[in-house]
Amino acid sequence: MPLLKNNEFVADHFIEVADDMGLPSAGNVLISSSRITEAAALNLGIGIRLNNTDKVEALVANFPQITLIVLPFPAFSDGRSYSIGRQLRLEGYRGELRAEGNILPDQLQLMLQVGFDSFLVTERFPLAAWQAASQQMSLAYQRGLYRNQETEVWSSRHQGFNAWEEQPHAG
Amino acid sequence: MYRYDEFDAQFVAERTAQFRDQANRRLSGALTEDEFRPLRLMNGLYLQLHAYMLRVAIPYGTFSGKQMHQLAMIADKYDRGYGHFTTRQNIQYNWIKLEDTADILQALADVEMHAIQTSGNCIRNVTTDHWAGAAADEIADPRPVGELIRQWSSLHPEFSYLPRKFKIAITGAPTDRAAVRVHDIGLRLHKNLAGQNGWEVMVGGGQGRTPLIAVTVRDFLPENELIGYLEAIMRVYNLYGRRDNKYKARIKILVHEIGAEKFRAEVEAEYAKHPAQQTQVEEAELARIAKYFAAPDFETLPRMSNRLDMARLANPDFKRWTKNNLAAHFKDGYAIVNISLKPVGGIPGDATSEQMRVMADLAKTYSFDELRVSHAQNIVLPHVKLDDVFAVWQKLSEHDLAAANYGLAGDIIACPGLDYCSLATARAIPIAQAISRKFADVDVQENYGALKINISGCINACGHHHVGHIGILGLDKKGEEYYQITLGGSSSENASIGNILGPGFAAHEVPEAIENILSTYVKLRQGKAEDFLSAYRRLGAKPFKEALYAAA
Repeated sequence: MPLLKNNEFVADHFIEVADDMGLPSAGNVLISSSRITEAAALNLGIGIRLNNTDKVEALVANFPQITLIVLPFPAFSDGRSYSIGRQLRLEGYRGELRAEGNILPDQLQLMLQVGFDSFLVTERFPLAAWQAASQQMSLAYQRGLYRNQETEVWSSRHQGFNAWEEQPHAG
Repeated sequence: MYRYDEFDAQFVAERTAQFRDQANRRLSGALTEDEFRPLRLMNGLYLQLHAYMLRVAIPYGTFSGKQMHQLAMIADKYDRGYGHFTTRQNIQYNWIKLEDTADILQALADVEMHAIQTSGNCIRNVTTDHWAGAAADEIADPRPVGELIRQWSSLHPEFSYLPRKFKIAITGAPTDRAAVRVHDIGLRLHKNLAGQNGWEVMVGGGQGRTPLIAVTVRDFLPENELIGYLEAIMRVYNLYGRRDNKYKARIKILVHEIGAEKFRAEVEAEYAKHPAQQTQVEEAELARIAKYFAAPDFETLPRMSNRLDMARLANPDFKRWTKNNLAAHFKDGYAIVNISLKPVGGIPGDATSEQMRVMADLAKTYSFDELRVSHAQNIVLPHVKLDDVFAVWQKLSEHDLAAANYGLAGDIIACPGLDYCSLATARAIPIAQAISRKFADVDVQENYGALKINISGCINACGHHHVGHIGILGLDKKGEEYYQITLGGSSSENASIGNILGPGFAAHEVPEAIENILSTYVKLRQGKAEDFLSAYRRLGAKPFKEALYAAA
């Protein structure tokens, strides 16, 4: 399945390691959160897969060690991971945030705005469809979200006020 | 009235272009119907029994003569010359072609309208008091906050794929005409002792197959915190609302299952994590919007109008209509004119394109170019000079728009039912028509007094039967339509869910059953001052049950 990042299909540098398998001595691994300490001791790049029922709070202390969090979209109508992604960003997570599962191009821009920056997508749609979808709207009303090329309407109408909350972009 | 600035105009234009592209992809086969469905729904396009149905938002129920003219144009050019005003301050067109939809959205955008989020599992058109900005009992006009919420909720990246649809209603008056306690979120304005305005935030009301009254989670939320607090509620719902069963996916079920206290604690904990302290932008935006809703340029007039009084004396039909269809305006010399879209035997909420144009022109000439649509499926001219009321009525009379039954037995709410809707289990419109004909005599209706008869064609309750003083629910039993009657519902500030009276009735038996209930009420009431709902609350169901089922 292609991995979409910054509007291009790129190689996935993470290797998924099942709980009953040993960790490699180098590289980036996608593991369950119970193995963070073990992987950190080996100086591995650490990626974590969350369920869309997991609580963000449990992971906050580990943010400095984590470089990838993967959130699932079991159906394109299941929007829980939008809120979990936003919570992760609000809690200060700045690593890669990956969406995986049933994703339609028409949802891409919404996901970018809540803070996702990579997408494991199906081969059903060509790259051009994803690229076009990433900038369907040039405006957004809400504040406090990740903005790529979108103009924030309220902030543009009323300048010189404080931002809702600081939102530095991910690496 | 609110006017789009360049941002709003561009936003709707881009959204229209986006939909045109999506529709083209569907027509070319690049998108499957399953993939297209959530996209079209978020633009108000349903696939119904006979055709596509397009639902157009009339945000907080306010629109101009020019916009009504455009709605009439759309009815003529793309539909069959009429439209259906709904209980959620929308208008629906029932005979739409997919190929035309993008052009219709463009025609709407031309007059600063859209169909964004009139469907789908997202935040729907925000509704409010149809007398907002005109009512004599209002604390403040709720429409600026309605517009603020419209903008904030439009294509909200986090809340576009909720467990289920989400409806917000707002009232700025102590008398609740917006049914806020039966919405997912209801907001009611209060003034505290320091003279500040704040919102009572109610969550988890709703109708459908599990009717529930909303619980108050905040008694008094400072105005500037509203958007931040709404985000906390929406996040809790998006994370924890049930997704395993669409009939249990509304926020009311979550509130009910975990309990009001736990739900409140979850929301407050989420809100406390990210308190929206930097709200200067929201405050400035609300102030910017509020300017558009400044009161129109009213004349200084005497409280009474000789011209009106003379016309009433000379014309009994007019006199009766003024008694039933006018409401008190906060400004001396003006009245709120309620146009009933419920002529005898008519389809509740339907208006022909010609009627739309008549109402649009009346608004332009007599009501500062403003119209409202009410959740009871009527149209309101909010600011009419008492001196002009007779001229307005004459024009309405020429176009079958002068039914004098506002708030009476003939003023029936009904969903489209099995005549149009793919979800319906029974017809609703013919029942409404039959009841309307049964009580065609306004003398009879006036004798029954204030009354809300609400009819739904299925358990989803789009016709608000749970909160009708008399509610009628159409069901299907082995291929036969039958109708369950509930009594004692109310959507007002003393909201309640109606109680099922007993076994259902066949379609042809319903009007007589309603008459039976009303005769029983007349017999038992403590004078005419005790309206039906009060009498029912005093008497309970027993005498009505006996009257209805004694013979059987």
